[in-house]
Amino acid sequence: MYNYSDFDEAFVRARVAQFRGQVERRLDGSLSEEEFRPLRLMNGLYLQLHAYMLRVAIPYGTLRSDQMRQLAMIADRWDKGYGHFTTRQNIQFNWPKLTDVPDILGALADVQMHAIQTSGNCIRNVTADHFAGAAADEVADPRPVAELIRQWSTDHAEFQFLPRKFKIAITGAAADRAVIRAHDIGLQIVREGDQIGYRVLVGGGLGRTPLIGQVIRAFLPKADLLPYLEAIVATYNLLGRRDNKYKARIKITVFENGIEAFRAATEAEFARIRPEFTGVDQDILAGIEAQFAPPAFRNTDPAPFAAALAVDPLLRAWAERSLAPHKRDNHAIVTVSLKAHGATPGDATSDQMRVLADLADRYGYGELRISHEQNVILPHVAKADLPNVHAELLRAGLATANVGLLSDIIACPGMDYCALATARSIPVAQGLATHFKAIGLEDEIGKLKIKISGCINACGHHHVGHIGILGLDRAGVENYQITLGGDGSEQAAIGERAGPGFAYDEVIPAIERLLRAYLALRQSRGESFIDAYRRLGPAPFKAALYPQEARDAA
Amino acid sequence: MSVIVRDDGFHPEDWDGPITDLAPDTDPAALPALADGTGLIRIAFPAFSDGRGFTLARRLRAAGFAGRLRAAGHVLADQYAMARRSGFDEVEIPADLAARQPADQWQARADWGRHDYRARLKG
Ligand code: HEM
Ligand code: SF4
Repeated sequence: MYNYSDFDEAFVRARVAQFRGQVERRLDGSLSEEEFRPLRLMNGLYLQLHAYMLRVAIPYGTLRSDQMRQLAMIADRWDKGYGHFTTRQNIQFNWPKLTDVPDILGALADVQMHAIQTSGNCIRNVTADHFAGAAADEVADPRPVAELIRQWSTDHAEFQFLPRKFKIAITGAAADRAVIRAHDIGLQIVREGDQIGYRVLVGGGLGRTPLIGQVIRAFLPKADLLPYLEAIVATYNLLGRRDNKYKARIKITVFENGIEAFRAATEAEFARIRPEFTGVDQDILAGIEAQFAPPAFRNTDPAPFAAALAVDPLLRAWAERSLAPHKRDNHAIVTVSLKAHGATPGDATSDQMRVLADLADRYGYGELRISHEQNVILPHVAKADLPNVHAELLRAGLATANVGLLSDIIACPGMDYCALATARSIPVAQGLATHFKAIGLEDEIGKLKIKISGCINACGHHHVGHIGILGLDRAGVENYQITLGGDGSEQAAIGERAGPGFAYDEVIPAIERLLRAYLALRQSRGESFIDAYRRLGPAPFKAALYPQEARDAA
Repeated sequence: MSVIVRDDGFHPEDWDGPITDLAPDTDPAALPALADGTGLIRIAFPAFSDGRGFTLARRLRAAGFAGRLRAAGHVLADQYAMARRSGFDEVEIPADLAARQPADQWQARADWGRHDYRARLKG
């Protein structure tokens, strides 16, 4: 895994010192509140409903065990003993004091972490496939490139005051686990003959105008990446709208100008910038790649795991949901659910963080990942160790066997924390999870992605949920719109609004009607909700959601 | 009275030649024609949150402009390094901003050449 160079170390320390100075200058009046705002934002500090919130980057979703322990320490020392893992591969601390924040940033720097550019109208922390470096299906590990992009975009002089925030996601596999099609720039590592390069998408995004990214370059040679990214962002910096913040994202720039015109402007800018890059970046990239060399995998016999599976139904149920294929046959990727039924999706206590760090040290080569689906991953576990890992997770209350199921819900903080929220989202997620567990239908329903946002900004990715739930405010009353058929994978699709919204206490019954209809309509257990929806179209599902209208029409 | 900020601190206006003023929404297609000039080009920053001037400056320099380049308007001390790295020689700020953010706050970023990832990657 990546270790800071002296350059990184000096930069991050200097940045902490600058922020300490900025806090002092805010307090002595040198900086107005308006001027301080973007400076605190580009260091991850938000003002929420009740307090400040510090958003810390988990760079491309990768954590070492010592870093996880430091997050636990920060949660205990400066917060209320927990943190919230988000869809953007960040961890948010909800209760820091402004004057403590420079010390928190210092504690992060001690373990080579930071909160730089986790907010603000700049290039945000780059997100990546959470199975990167472990997945059986990848062309190449996307993390070295993600680290290269982190370095290039960090404190980039030209791009700290863009028209709006800018998010880049990267995957090294054809299967899209990083939702690259819903990002300002999406990158997919591809191979053409013996050449590695990138498929580059631009102009995806959710929010109030959800759009799927379009291909701007089908194959970009590896060495051209940074100048090409620079060309895209420079073009956007001049062309993006600054008159209306709701039209300021690059998706609107691309949409209004058309992909052809945007591509032409980008390619012209690329031709100007390309000669400025001498190729040193590729040497630096090679150095980064060497640091991401896989650990020395143990060569243990997986037989004990097979034997335990045969006799332990709990292990079997957990393994069926939580394991993904590893590139080594005798290893597996373990997803640890942070979605215990009734818990806040993505929250982890400091004790849980320490348990996970210990497990990573004992069984996982010291590595952890955070997924955009708000779970924690042990990317490399020898199959022989799985029974032990499961037993320890059980003891820590972290063995919920619901990964990929109904209760593995993405939910934004909503009204419980967020100043922009129009409705609650966490309690809706909690209610759905406990209800379907109580009626015993969760396993029967099988694979399903429900995603919930507490306002139109769509931080909970509801547009790409198979079932999306959007909480709105109708004359002071919470009202929830349901969208159907969204998909965040390589088959990306924006969900379609099903019809009028539902009151808070009508949501769970509505989803139950919808899912009972699915159970009645599916061809077999193997046909998931989204597959059935694609086969049948929205009509039968709408009829289940709105039985009254269906009857009236009959 | 405005103040001119350079790496060594505050200065009074000391340019008496012609000035070409550019608005942030200047069409970048117009930049190459300006690149041969030797005078002072001044790019306006109507708001510190408007970062277009940084790209315009970088593109002017890339097109070969070798004259004096100035960022003028609501630029913060915290943005001084960004301005210098983008190709500006100096920043022009109004007196009230200079009073609120005195010279030491700008000089704290006179080390703008250090910790510059982009410069390191470009080679
Ligand atoms: C203080 C709390 C938060 C605030 C004020 C906030 C604000 C916003 C706003 C204004 C947008 C819409 C941007 C646009 O359409 O231009 C947005 C989008 C988004 N935010 Fe948040 N957010 C918050 C928390 C979160 C959290 C906790 C997550 C992760 C779980 C998150 C992830 C995202 C994502 C994925 C999007 C949509 C993707 C896109 O940018 O198009 N945000 N956020
Ligand atoms: S979707 Fe809305 S309510 Fe939820 S976190 Fe984002 S801004 Fe807040």
